[in-house]
Order: sequence, then C-alpha cells, then structure tokens
Amino acid sequence: MEDSIDEVNHMAEQSILLEAKNIVKDYGQGRVLDDVSLQIHKGEVIVLIGPSGCGKSTFLRCMNGLEQIQSGQIVLDGEVITEGKTDWPSVRQKIGMVFQNYELFPHKTVLDNVILGPVKVQGRDKKEVTKEAEKLLERVGLLEKKDAFPRQLSGGQKQRVAIVRALILKPEILLFDEVTAALDPEMVREVLDVILELAAEGYTMLIVTHEMQFAKAVADKIVFIDGGKIVESDTPEKFFTQPKTDRARRFLNTFIYEKETGGEKL
Amino acid sequence: MDTEFIAEYIPLYVEASRLTISIGLIGIVLSLIVGLLIAFIQYFKVPVLRQIAAVYIELSRNTPLLVQLFFLYFGLPKAGISISSEGCAIIGLCFLGGSYMAEAFRSGIESVGKGQEESALALGFQRSQVVRYVILPQALSVSIPALCANMNFLVKETSVFSVVALADLMYVAKDLIGLYYKTDEALLMLVISYLIILLPISILAALLERRLRYAEFGN
Ligand SMILES: Nc1ncnc2c1ncn2[C@@H]1O[C@H](COP(=O)(O)OP(=O)(O)OP(=O)(O)O)[C@@H](O)[C@H]1O
Ligand SMILES: [Mg+2]
Repeated sequence: MEDSIDEVNHMAEQSILLEAKNIVKDYGQGRVLDDVSLQIHKGEVIVLIGPSGCGKSTFLRCMNGLEQIQSGQIVLDGEVITEGKTDWPSVRQKIGMVFQNYELFPHKTVLDNVILGPVKVQGRDKKEVTKEAEKLLERVGLLEKKDAFPRQLSGGQKQRVAIVRALILKPEILLFDEVTAALDPEMVREVLDVILELAAEGYTMLIVTHEMQFAKAVADKIVFIDGGKIVESDTPEKFFTQPKTDRARRFLNTFIYEKETGGEKL
Repeated sequence: MDTEFIAEYIPLYVEASRLTISIGLIGIVLSLIVGLLIAFIQYFKVPVLRQIAAVYIELSRNTPLLVQLFFLYFGLPKAGISISSEGCAIIGLCFLGGSYMAEAFRSGIESVGKGQEESALALGFQRSQVVRYVILPQALSVSIPALCANMNFLVKETSVFSVVALADLMYVAKDLIGLYYKTDEALLMLVISYLIILLPISILAALLERRLRYAEFGN
C-alpha cells in the first residue's frame, strides 16, 4: 500500500503528457462533460469507469479532437491543442485510439489495414513498414492472418489488429474505448492480455472499460466519472476497497450484485 | 417482312446507333462527374453549393427529359442563347443523369459507417485521404449496381432526342415509317439496335455485381 502512495507522488514529478483542463462538452442538450480536468503523466495508465452515459466515450473523443469542446483546454506535450488552428492529423498520430467496434477497413487485408496509416499519413517506406507490421502482428499472434480480410477474423482477432494498427504509428498515448465490450467472453482475455503487456512496457494509456478485474490489474489510477464530472480518483487498491463517495460505492455494488446472483465473476 | 428493305437501310441504323452511343457515352461520363461532385458537396456539407445541389436534384428528377430538351432547344434561343442539337442532347442527358448518379453515389457513401471515417481520422488521416482510401473504395462497390442501372436508363432516355432534330435511332425509324410505311421492318431494326447497345451494359452490370458479391468484404 505504501508503495502505491510513493508511486503516486513519483508520478506527479514526472512530466505531464496529456492534460485536460476544465473541459466542458455540450451536444446541445446540456453538459455531457462538466468541468473535467485530468492529468496523464508519461508512462501512466489511467482507467476511466462510470455508469453508461456518464461521458466516458465523449471524454476520449474530445481528447483527440473527434468532438469539439465548448470550453476548457487540452494540452499535449506542453502545447495547447484546442486553441487556434490545430493540425489535428498530426496531433492524432500522437494520440492513438482504439474503438469498441474495431472499425478495421473491410476492403483491406490485415496487413494493409496496419500499413495504410504509416505509408499514407506518415509517408514512410512501404517495405520497412511492412516488416515492422509483421513483427507487431507476430507479437499479437496474428502473423499468419496478415493476408486475411477483416470479415474472416474473430472479434478478438479484429481488435488485436486494431491495436496493432494504432501502435504502428508510434503514438505517445493510446486511448481505448471499451475495446472488449463487443467481444464474446472467451475472446476478452486475448485482447486484455495485449493491453496488459503494453502497460508493462510502459505505454501511456487512457482506458475506458467495464472489466473491473482488468481495471484493477492494469491501472495506476482509477478515475470514476458520473454525470459528466469526475467524482473520485484514486489508486485501484483504494478505489476498489474503500471508495470515498457514495456514488462510487453504489456503482461498485452493481457489480457485486451480479456476482451474488451467480453471474460471472467480473 | 421485307428483307431487302432491311438490308438497304441497315447502314442508316448503324449511323444512328453511332450517334446514340456517342452522345449517350458523353452524357453518361458527364453525369458521373456531376453526380460524384454533388455527392461530395452533400458529404462535406459545402455551404451554398449544397442548397444549389438540392434544388438541382429536385428540378432534374421531377421534370421529364423531353421538357428539359424543349427548354434548351426552343426556350433558350428566345433568350438569345442557341445551342446545337448535339449540345442540347448532351446537356439534357447530363442534367437528367447527374441527379440520378448523385443519388447512387450518395447511397454508397452513406452505406459506409461513421465509425470508418472516425477510425481513419483517429489514425491521423486528412479528410481528403479518408475519402480516397476509406470511403470511396467501399462506397463505389455498393454504388456500382445503381450506377449501371442508371447508365441503362440514360441510354434509353436518348430515344427522345429526335425532338431536337437529332438523327438518332428513334428519328431514323420514325422517318422510315413516315416515308415508306414499312412499320414492322423499321421497328424491328429499332428494337434490335437498342438491344445491341443496351445488352452489353446489362451484361457488364451483371458481371460486376457478381464480382462484387464474391469480393464482398462486409464486417
Ligand atoms: N453525438 C451525440 N449527440 C448528442 N448526444 C450525445 C452524442 N454522443 C453522446 N451523447 C450523449 O452524451 C452522454 C454521454 O455519452 P457517452 O457516449 O460519452 O457515454 P459513455 O460514458 O461512453 O457511456 P457508455 O458506457 O454507454 O459507452 C449521453 O447522455 C449521450 O446520450
Ligand atoms: Mg461509451
């Protein structure tokens, strides 16, 4: 336990990679994100949890400019990226994102899905990128699928390809939005294992998930959002054993309830 | 059936077919260009142009080609603008076809989910690159059957060109009937000529559709 406190202090000293300052997002019917501030340090893994509709996806999508914010600032590597003319394409190469529904390009093979970004966006040499893509695919156990089309893959395989496709751009931080939510239970593990490996390698990640055991295992910090606000943030050890707020406790209880009625252990 | 008559006038039909094909082809190519342009104007929600496109589509889809041609051929000269018969035919065909092609492209583009665009943007693609590498290839394969059907439709529509004094197939057939009362022969050759022009388009469409089904890549 003391270790973890030290770790938090240590984190604060490290450089901030990505910071959200007082983010307000409104789709037109009231605030979906209401004054949300969050610092993500280099090498840190933050897991966002919270009830459905609380604004987790919206928050991730604001961080890479897929949604525009109404007020507040986003700072990447010390530079404000939400003011003036932002070169979003180059920002997004630094902020990788993986989606719940994979969104592989169905008309391209696995390999072409992976190399399209580096070749077209970064203008890198195709041969060199192909070698690198093959290495990454091998790491996630999918090298023999490189010439397959997405429709020929299982959900778990598709999601691992999607992760490789984001990784090959060498982003500084990866955003994961419920990347296992669309998967059959037996495929969840293979995807989460890849993310755990990335965490062990020191990747900076911001992860939205409903897999509580995974959150506990991977996170340096849990951030609990409800109603568009950050209600609580803490180390996983503290958050899961002694949540500070009623709302967090109630949220965690919904998972325990599932366990008591014989549902799968989360 | 007067086979001698048929033999004698085949060259007339060949000549007229050539005209129908060349004007049809030019009209189709132009409609494809106009259609794609409009589909992009709608996709990128270009202000002003988008409203103009909407008006154009309504106008084009809700007036018969015959009326459009009358306007071009008889109406415009009164305003001091006169256009040749061929010009009227090509403009008319393109005006009609553009909106149909636009709809075919639009439905293809709409069939590509929003998530595809977003995942490409998230990889750092420029919007133009998203269109080129992600949206268009998928949209086209969905659009092709409708585009082929439109081509077929446009070729058939060329049969009203005789109103602007173009010596197309219809014109030749009417002429022969009027001159010699050889209705059966003239109409038979007319039908065969259109079949010869249209069948290849239909076969090509069927082949493409089959190929697309085999190459189906849907998620
Ligand atoms: N494009 C949109 N237009 C309008 N409202 C939206 C849009 N996207 C999301 N919302 C609303 O914003 C709120 C937050 O949505 P968001 O998708 O961020 O929630 P979430 O925390 O990711 O939920 P879940 O766990 O179900 O994925 C919801 O009330 C949702 O209805
Ligand atoms: Mg969500």
